[in-house]
Amino acid sequence: MGAIKVKLGGPLRSAAGGETEFEVEATSIREMLVRLAEKYPRLKPMLDGGVAVAVDGRVYRGAFLLPISPDSEVFLLPPLQGG
Amino acid sequence: MAQDSKLEARERDFSIVGTRPNRPDGIDKVTGKARFGADMAAPGMLHGLILRSPHAHARIKRIDTSKAEALQGVKAVLTSKDLPDLTGEDAGLKDILINIMARGTALYDGHAVAAVAATSKSVARKALSLIQVDYEVLPHVTDVEEAMKPGAPLVRSDLITQGVEPAPSKPSNIAKRHEFGHGDVSKGFAAADAVIEHNFRTEATHQGYIEPHACLANLGPDGLGEMWVCTQGHYMVRGTCAALLGLDVSKLRVTASEIGGGFGGKTTVFIEPIALALSRMANRPVKVVMSREEVFRASGPTAATSIRVKIGVKKDGKVTGAEAELKYTGGAYPGSGVEYGAMSAFACYDLENVKIVGWDVLSNRPKLAAYRAPSAPMAAFAVESVMTELASKIGMDPIDLRLKNAAKEGTKAPYGPTFNRIGLRETLEAAKNHPHYKAPLTKNQGRGVACGFWFNFGGNTCVSMNLGFDGTVSLAVGTPDIGGSRASMCMMAAEELGIPYDKVRAIVADTSSLGHNDVTDGSRVTFSTGLATINAARDAIKKLCARAAKTWGIPEDAVVWEKGHAKPAGGNAGKFEPLSLQQLAAASPSTGGPIAGHYEVNADGAGVSFATHMADAEVDPETGSMRIIRYTVCQDAGKAIHPSYVEGQFQGGAVQGIGWALNEEYIYGKDGRLQNAGFLDYRIPVASDLPMIDTVIVEVPNPGHPYGVRGVGETSIVPPLAAVANAASAAAGVRLTVLPMSPPRVLKAIEGRAG
Repeated sequence: MGAIKVKLGGPLRSAAGGETEFEVEATSIREMLVRLAEKYPRLKPMLDGGVAVAVDGRVYRGAFLLPISPDSEVFLLPPLQGG
Repeated sequence: MAQDSKLEARERDFSIVGTRPNRPDGIDKVTGKARFGADMAAPGMLHGLILRSPHAHARIKRIDTSKAEALQGVKAVLTSKDLPDLTGEDAGLKDILINIMARGTALYDGHAVAAVAATSKSVARKALSLIQVDYEVLPHVTDVEEAMKPGAPLVRSDLITQGVEPAPSKPSNIAKRHEFGHGDVSKGFAAADAVIEHNFRTEATHQGYIEPHACLANLGPDGLGEMWVCTQGHYMVRGTCAALLGLDVSKLRVTASEIGGGFGGKTTVFIEPIALALSRMANRPVKVVMSREEVFRASGPTAATSIRVKIGVKKDGKVTGAEAELKYTGGAYPGSGVEYGAMSAFACYDLENVKIVGWDVLSNRPKLAAYRAPSAPMAAFAVESVMTELASKIGMDPIDLRLKNAAKEGTKAPYGPTFNRIGLRETLEAAKNHPHYKAPLTKNQGRGVACGFWFNFGGNTCVSMNLGFDGTVSLAVGTPDIGGSRASMCMMAAEELGIPYDKVRAIVADTSSLGHNDVTDGSRVTFSTGLATINAARDAIKKLCARAAKTWGIPEDAVVWEKGHAKPAGGNAGKFEPLSLQQLAAASPSTGGPIAGHYEVNADGAGVSFATHMADAEVDPETGSMRIIRYTVCQDAGKAIHPSYVEGQFQGGAVQGIGWALNEEYIYGKDGRLQNAGFLDYRIPVASDLPMIDTVIVEVPNPGHPYGVRGVGETSIVPPLAAVANAASAAAGVRLTVLPMSPPRVLKAIEGRAG
């Protein structure tokens, strides 16, 4: 297991006290979100409210069992809506 | 799953995909046989009507329903006390509960305050008039800038802004602050040779779907219920109604009717839980159909916005810094969608220094609903207006300026991630090479160009495919068909199976017949339901090959599927005459029973989408009347399954955008009441207002889909506000920054220019 660099956008940035980048140990998106909430409890309400996760440029809204590795580019985004 | 799909579009010769067969629902629609939301009736059916607040903001002191209840023919009268709050910690569901029936306070003109079910519409109307509501009128605010000011009337008394550090100690109308971007914009502007900054305003608009919301609900004392609904997502209706009324999801069966347009406006509920609750109270089926006035006052329009954009460029056209502040109000509830405006605002460009701040603001307006690429068109209007002005200022062709800065594979998007393969550059080049771009203009005419971006997404999808013994195929999908998707699904199934298009029939199955499907939104259906259909066909093919193997007495892996036939994989597999799908289906009762294919997925990997639009406008300088005389859409579709429907999506988005730019707006009086709740006063474009919308389908395959599909339903509405504004500004000789560009506004701007 390696450290994943997670970057934040939107109101998550302020919820994280202005920090935009975090490191957590995880092997999947789901595990990354759990570890992030554990390590940064202030993020938990927004994470629980739903997020989209961009891994290497592709945005995931639900496939959170997807494996991620330390060299993955990971962004947390607001949940997407469409018309 | 999508992420495992191999890109086949480039290697594959399609036989059906890319052709233009007739749509399977066409005859029913042109002959009037198609059954829409209001077309269903049931024995013993009652008619439901909803009483709505005449005030923009008012405390409901008392509701007396006794006279209505005593009226002969009235079978149920409902207020918020009949809808206990079962939403728990789910804030989004709580907002829906508050929106479908006011709880103590009416938050906007048109907010529901009571409902009745009666044996006829006339009795129901009489009953509504007998309900007495005592209101205490409260101060209201409908303007986004006014709503943000200290001391503005509070829409909610307990709203603390999120996303601001330190957290405010007092409530306000600002729900959230969003920030995106990277680099240092101050440094970027300092390095620029030219900087332009403008403020822009846009009013709320409505999707303008032809069919008002309608549903028929039937819920018995045994807790078993059925609904027939005009919606973009019948599973969403089922889940939301079940949660609000305390029902088991599986006991509520919802069927989606044909739909007369949605465009995002039918991705939530307004009347459906009320019809179901009335039915439970009356123990009779209840039909509720919105009037057009109700649709305008109490369904979900777009946000109204105020936007500031600042962009700096070098003389060679390279953008050095870009900044935007977006203020969106989506009514009396959090969720204006400003974050999507913020994320998409500069997504077309490869920028080193970019910062976007978005404010989500409450006001006394109806609760926003999605509208095709929700929140992106307004941001694009502002950004693309400034880009065109910058091109003019540095003497550069506006397409060349955009090409110089166009996002491409490897570009770090302003909202964070790095783009994979995208097709913006190709759409710009298609526009530049189009005869439209070189066509001459005459006096009082102007040309505008604009780009647009939208995310697209996939989502939960379940598809089932059943083979009849005659070799024809029934395809059950769970995503309501709002844009010709049944035709596209039949095409993909036929392509994969190797049978003719007309041997497949697609239906939109009810919620009890198929696993969960997310709403038809996010331009997701051709992508995700198509992906599931292809894989369901592959599942069926696997079973067909197994039946052939069993018939021939050879291993399953020694059989391949080619052009609708099972064949031995090679010489070593044995020599057998190929078996067609029809033969295998006919023999299926004796080889193991019926053959079906299934696929379930939460599809991700929808490719982002870009478009470039061109508009020519002509102004009447004496009246300010603006007319679009030529329009061309160039958009990346990844792979067009049915080109006619792709073109239809391009054209529809462009037309709706033209209406948004030139005519459409929610007009509120000083009393906070909507002044133009009807199509006479809220004017959407009709065919005689418009030129033929020309289209160019660009195909840069999406690696996340087996055929390369990208969604096309939303991106087409992102550029037109700006394309029209750029054309209109060129025609009028003055920069127009407020939408709609209605004749009085244009005339005033022209007169201001002359002065």
